[in-house]
Amino acid sequence: MSIPGAIVGGLIAALVDLSHPGKYVHWGVIQISVANLVVIGLMLVVFVLAILLPFPHSRPKR
Amino acid sequence: MSATGTGTPGSPTVEEPVWVSERTTWTGRLRRRAVGALPPEKLLPDTQPAYVASWVYIFGALSLGALAVVVISGAVIALSGPAWWHVSAAGHFVNSLHLWSTELFFFFMVIHLWAKFFMAAWRGKRRLTWVTGVLAFVFSIATAFTGYLSQQNFDSEWIGTQAKDGINSTGAGAFWNVLNFGQMLMWHILLLPLVISVFIGLHVLQVRRRGVVPPFAEGGPLSRLASVTVPEPAEVREPEIVPPVPTAGATEPAIVPPVPTAEVEP
Repeated sequence: MSIPGAIVGGLIAALVDLSHPGKYVHWGVIQISVANLVVIGLMLVVFVLAILLPFPHSRPKR
Repeated sequence: MSATGTGTPGSPTVEEPVWVSERTTWTGRLRRRAVGALPPEKLLPDTQPAYVASWVYIFGALSLGALAVVVISGAVIALSGPAWWHVSAAGHFVNSLHLWSTELFFFFMVIHLWAKFFMAAWRGKRRLTWVTGVLAFVFSIATAFTGYLSQQNFDSEWIGTQAKDGINSTGAGAFWNVLNFGQMLMWHILLLPLVISVFIGLHVLQVRRRGVVPPFAEGGPLSRLASVTVPEPAEVREPEIVPPVPTAGATEPAIVPPVPTAEVEP
């Protein structure tokens, strides 16, 4: 691996350490990985933002 | 199929008028029907209704963009085979592109699904738009699963051995063997993408034909309005350019285009 690649890879690895078994959340019969839970949370956030944020208008209405 | 008329032997061949061949040939009938259902201005519109100017309407297009990256990166992987990413940095990069574009594809598609669900996007004769979208989603999930089985590593072996009992319990194991790498790879790169392409193609054509579903009308309860066809609001249009009226051929029998049936209940 190149030196810049190794640096970037090291930085990302420092941010998110994936060298361990996945973490899971248990809630009764429901079991879901933390990674999937984070993705679902992100989808909800993006969905709400897409509704609330104003859409830019590139040209005036006639 | 014939372009000429019924001239008797020895007599000069009479050209059959175009409007006749459009009704007597299957190609002509198919063309008239296709153009009637999807005229060019509907197929490739240059304006959209004003209500589409919202971020929540972009997730269908984002899903298509992510899918394009999925297909292109998958095609590049196919050049060197599914094991390429184990032995090459370039292969690893393209494989990561394939994985993360798939993640984005599902990310955008699920938000698109939520948005269209809460808009009750099946209103106004848009049932087929909804159904083709659901089918595209379901077959995309199957394609993703067969992709996991095509990784050629311990993960794919683990998933295959975990999945086989579930698949066998449904009876589908007789023809769908998740431990058969060749079969799963061909489903992943040929059969399922073909099915997805058909459903997404039909989905986009339905969106073009019926238009983007309008918002609920103001002032009424959603449950009552969900079954009512809301009139399309006025579009923001460019000034129209009126073409010159043709004068030649005015006496020929005119072909009256069929009335658009987009808003007519079958």
